[in-house]
Amino acid sequence: MNIHEYQAKALLKSYGAPVAEGVAIFSADEAEAAAKSLPGPLYVVKSQIHAGGRGKGKFKELGPDAKGGVRLAFSIDEAKAHAREMLGNTLVTAQTGEAGKQVNRLYIEDGADIDRELYLSLLVDRSVGQVAFVVSTEGGMDIEAVAHDTPEKILTVAINPEAGVTADDLAKLTAALKLEGEAKADAEKLFPILYKAFVEKDMSLLEINPLIVMKNGRVRVLDAKVSFDGNALFRHDDIKALRDETEEDAKEIEASKWDLAYVALDGNIGCMVNGAGLAMATMDIIKLYGKEPANFCDVGGGAGKEKVAAAFKIITADPKVEGILVNIFGGIMKCDVIAEGVVAAVQEVGLKVPLVVRLEGTNVELGKKILNESGLAITAADDLDDAAKKIVAAING
Amino acid sequence: MSILVNKNTKVLVQGLTGKTGTFHTEQALAYYGTQMVGGIHPKKGGETWTGSKGESLPIFASVAEGKEKTGADASVIYVPPAGAADAIIEAIEAEIPFITCITEGIPVADMVRVKARLDRSNSRLLGPNCPGILTPEECKIGIMPGSIFRKGSVGIVSRSGTLTYEAVFQTSNEGLGQTTAVGIGGDPVKGTEFIDVLEMFLADDATTSIIMIGEIGGSAEEDAAQFLIDEAKKGRKKPMAGFIAGRTAPKGRTMGHAGAVVSGGKGDAESKIAAMEAAGIRVSPSPARLGKTLVEVLKG
Repeated sequence: MNIHEYQAKALLKSYGAPVAEGVAIFSADEAEAAAKSLPGPLYVVKSQIHAGGRGKGKFKELGPDAKGGVRLAFSIDEAKAHAREMLGNTLVTAQTGEAGKQVNRLYIEDGADIDRELYLSLLVDRSVGQVAFVVSTEGGMDIEAVAHDTPEKILTVAINPEAGVTADDLAKLTAALKLEGEAKADAEKLFPILYKAFVEKDMSLLEINPLIVMKNGRVRVLDAKVSFDGNALFRHDDIKALRDETEEDAKEIEASKWDLAYVALDGNIGCMVNGAGLAMATMDIIKLYGKEPANFCDVGGGAGKEKVAAAFKIITADPKVEGILVNIFGGIMKCDVIAEGVVAAVQEVGLKVPLVVRLEGTNVELGKKILNESGLAITAADDLDDAAKKIVAAING
Repeated sequence: MSILVNKNTKVLVQGLTGKTGTFHTEQALAYYGTQMVGGIHPKKGGETWTGSKGESLPIFASVAEGKEKTGADASVIYVPPAGAADAIIEAIEAEIPFITCITEGIPVADMVRVKARLDRSNSRLLGPNCPGILTPEECKIGIMPGSIFRKGSVGIVSRSGTLTYEAVFQTSNEGLGQTTAVGIGGDPVKGTEFIDVLEMFLADDATTSIIMIGEIGGSAEEDAAQFLIDEAKKGRKKPMAGFIAGRTAPKGRTMGHAGAVVSGGKGDAESKIAAMEAAGIRVSPSPARLGKTLVEVLKG
């Protein structure tokens, strides 16, 4: 789960990290009061969307010469003018896709005199199974490009969970970032704070790009991007409350209510599969036969028939879907449960597109019997290859 | 022969009394008499578990007690996500040599904690978020459907549960059968990696060919490919077929498995396929052709 920059900064501030003063606003009328509450005279007006590249992004509704999604203001009036121009318009960045994202929230922040821009992130380094800091002196840039062009400028330091952030870890990090004096002291305080926040709040990514050294020699978190481990949200009601559903696909929101792993895609063959690997492989084989999947959907292992029916309804409600492929290889998931769920959903919402079902594994005979006796127009398939061919053929007419 | 488990393996079940644990324990007992020797429940020690067909197993209050009284050398965990990490750690502290965790949805931070404890132990962990392991006609630990297996010569290792079943089903249909099938699981932080299992398959005389199934995310497939290249230089090599799931997955989106995500420009299917092919693995473009691809490799 992702949150907005202003929410991430508030969270980090609660742990004692140095962030600028700022106010989030939802309408242009709030801009003046927000700016007045800040020290000034420099303000930064930042679009709050769940996508990067905001500074270089362009608003669809404004001309090509208009400023981007992150703007400097040298007066309260200028901050107000920016807010009026930005709110409600659609920001297109390198990460939003062509459709862009509507800006419904702005963050007005106190400006900073920047001396140096650094990069810092925390993530789970899967090769060692530990949380790791990734740092670079090349802040404010696309870190993937830095990793590609100048990998020697990036340092990764994995943290032993039983020891925490040690003096040795701090020495490596501050040396790599070429921090000295007060900035070094600030960083030595900040890094353990960030690690604590990452672990306690079950983050999957904490990216600060840039982390800045100001002209006064102090360190500040200038931008913050935080994602949380969806598997750990059950123990963080405070984090769940930060979710902004306007940033998400409606079908994915409905799927998440049922704890379904669902990702909306652009094609027209709806898929319902058990197991993430098989669900991906089903997408791959559809593509192999020349069509595109409309979604990734893993109904998981322990799904009951209601959950299967919910998944089926989400897939059929997608207007792009011209045919549905159900592909089940039962292990934990029993084929009869899938069959009952599909039949229940079809009886409730009807079936307007071709449906191909392939069942194999636990309770397969029982599952096939339920489908056969339902009287529904379901095409049975013998194996995955057969299933993919049949659904593609059904759509091609 | 086989790897990791055989007819002598004695298995304790952590989470036996739940619905999932009960169902799959019944299935395991029915599978060539897999030696399921007891269940663990902190509050139900001394009671007896009864299956739907009248099967019964003793319940112990702790893994340590269960191990002492049964001589178990393996445990399987069906505990829900919130308590699964502690269940793994309990098994490690009871010095169970081989621990399989089926549970899906364990927070990554919990697995980081488990991994640190695991690294200081002699236990091997398989999973979490995996289908388990099965040696045909001898031992079934976890949730793989036993009916699709056939005793034979192919070693199967996979990050995906259901794709493991595909590989098993297809190699059974081709008449090859399996020595052991191992599901290593789809989480980013886990106990057993491809390399560990490949090493065992290379060392197992009965395993004469191998199927390896990976997916997007991380670099475990690339690491395994490098391992195979290094071993081949020492003269250790077996015919292999493979598959990578997620060629069509969009970048930056987690595809069901917590570990299946292309991020930071790393972990895409194409680089994994290239690495595996460089290591001499015939990678099938279709998940429906795993068995046939292996047969083609064996024919040379």
